[in-house]
Amino acid sequence: FVSVQFPGLADVSISQDIPVEGEITVPVGSHSPDEDYSTLDESVKDTIMRDLKAVGKKFVHVMYPRKSSALLRDWDLWGPLVLCVSLALMLQGGSADSKDDGGPQFAEVFVIIWFGAVVITLNSKLLGGTISFFQSLCVLGYCVMPLTVAMLVCRLVLLAGAGTVSFIIRLIVVGAMFAWSTLASTAFLADSQPPNRKALVVYPIFLFYFVISWMILTFTPQ
Amino acid sequence: MAAPGAAGGGRSGAPAAEWGGFEDNMQGGGSAVIDMENMDDTSGSSFEDMGEMHQRMKEEEEEEAEGEAGAGEEEEDGEFLGMKGLRGQLGRQVADQVSAVPRSPPVPGFCLPARPLPAAFSPQMWQVGKRQASRAFSLYANIDILRPYFDVEPVQVRARLLESMIPVKMINFPQKIAGELYGPLMLVFTLVAILLHGMKTSDTIIREGTLMGTAIGTCFGYWLGVSSFMYFLAYLCNAQITMVQMLSLLGYGLFGHCITLFVTYNVHFHSLFYIFWLVVGGLSTLRMVAVLVSRTMGHTQRLILCGTLAALHMLFLLYLHFAYHKVVEGILDTLEGPNMPPFQRVARDIPVVSSAVLNTTAKAIALTL
Repeated sequence: FVSVQFPGLADVSISQDIPVEGEITVPVGSHSPDEDYSTLDESVKDTIMRDLKAVGKKFVHVMYPRKSSALLRDWDLWGPLVLCVSLALMLQGGSADSKDDGGPQFAEVFVIIWFGAVVITLNSKLLGGTISFFQSLCVLGYCVMPLTVAMLVCRLVLLAGAGTVSFIIRLIVVGAMFAWSTLASTAFLADSQPPNRKALVVYPIFLFYFVISWMILTFTPQ
Repeated sequence: MAAPGAAGGGRSGAPAAEWGGFEDNMQGGGSAVIDMENMDDTSGSSFEDMGEMHQRMKEEEEEEAEGEAGAGEEEEDGEFLGMKGLRGQLGRQVADQVSAVPRSPPVPGFCLPARPLPAAFSPQMWQVGKRQASRAFSLYANIDILRPYFDVEPVQVRARLLESMIPVKMINFPQKIAGELYGPLMLVFTLVAILLHGMKTSDTIIREGTLMGTAIGTCFGYWLGVSSFMYFLAYLCNAQITMVQMLSLLGYGLFGHCITLFVTYNVHFHSLFYIFWLVVGGLSTLRMVAVLVSRTMGHTQRLILCGTLAALHMLFLLYLHFAYHKVVEGILDTLEGPNMPPFQRVARDIPVVSSAVLNTTAKAIALTL
């Protein structure tokens, strides 16, 4: 039957008994079941230190952005949570009217960061990105670190005074950290896009960090 | 389109005596072919096809040679989702079930057996309905629906941004609107950022909400709300425009707003704002109006649609400027220090004209010192 239609294949014999076998493994650092069971027996200090080391390694990756897949492979959201909470705490109490309590400020910052990250992730996925949802959230959250450092510096500078000089210092510091954040997150995220659409992904990230750095810059304590 | 055009030209050339009426209405010199290039090609129907195609591929993966079903009762889930298209899919799905039954591993020499009659009716229908409902849920929870609307290149976005300020002249022919959502979405977010800046510098105090919430609510509310309203009006006035195209058109119209507000939130001159409002706002409004006019027939309908859109668009820009505008006297006071001559502080609720006059007078006095 086959040889009538495809005479060139007459000498190819395909037996239907040979099973297709092989191994399809995803080269991600997945743990074998033995390792999982053994982590139950270790001490709490070991577990915590392992997680802390992972978080610390990611912070180092953000400070020196190189193209490495460590940040992407083992994503975690501890770092972004800590950064987000500390940034929101530091931004409290900066409202113009002293009768307002610090409540809306904290929730505002929190919601901006997380919803902004979700929107950017959705956007990059819709544009054809190959990165997963939580990996993208992880990268965007960790890259808020330079802006948190900028917030700390701004608060210290504002302790000294609130004149034009301090404004210029704050502007320079926040501007530099904003550029650092954007470059760091772009280094990780833009690789997962088709090459001619990098600008389309970078612009929302730019806008996101711009809004956060503008919130930091216009912060005036009571 | 050269060959059909030539054929059309030849065709209309020969029986010119009988079909002379064509010659008067033709645009490209005797071509009887309607050029479909300028009709929109990203209308909603292709989206539905895309969604269906996606679902078909998924359902082919997970299909087993299951039982039969005839064209049967409606399912409650179909009514819950409330869309006719869904019931149409239900029918097709049921038909697929029937045709999928004899899909056994191909054994050469056998022809496919005839479709067996359904033995048990309702369990199959329930299975089909359940699968349809879960598929519908995964279809709508799947962000891949939106993927075709984000399929743009940076040069296209830049070209469309610049085009949104250029009013078209040819309104006898339906103008093409690109149905993409990336550009409008980014413009709305940019407007939110600019609005935040304006609110902060004008010391707006929001009691019952947050600054960010107000900005996002205003911008997204305008974009989605006015688009829906204009789509409804367009439906009433029989204009040829789909919802995505309306969203896209209005979104790109916000480019003028972004430019104007970006400049005038930083440079506080009322006269400058009025110039920008008229020129920049007017240009983007003219562009939207021209596109809408080209897609509507009838004078009354055109008037209704375009009047509404122009009014809403220009008034929104006016609102954004004046609702969050800093009291200029405050700036002048801090900049000039104690050398300012005493002048009258103007409260915010005075009509804008007199406050504009007062502003310019105060500035003139300050400059002469």
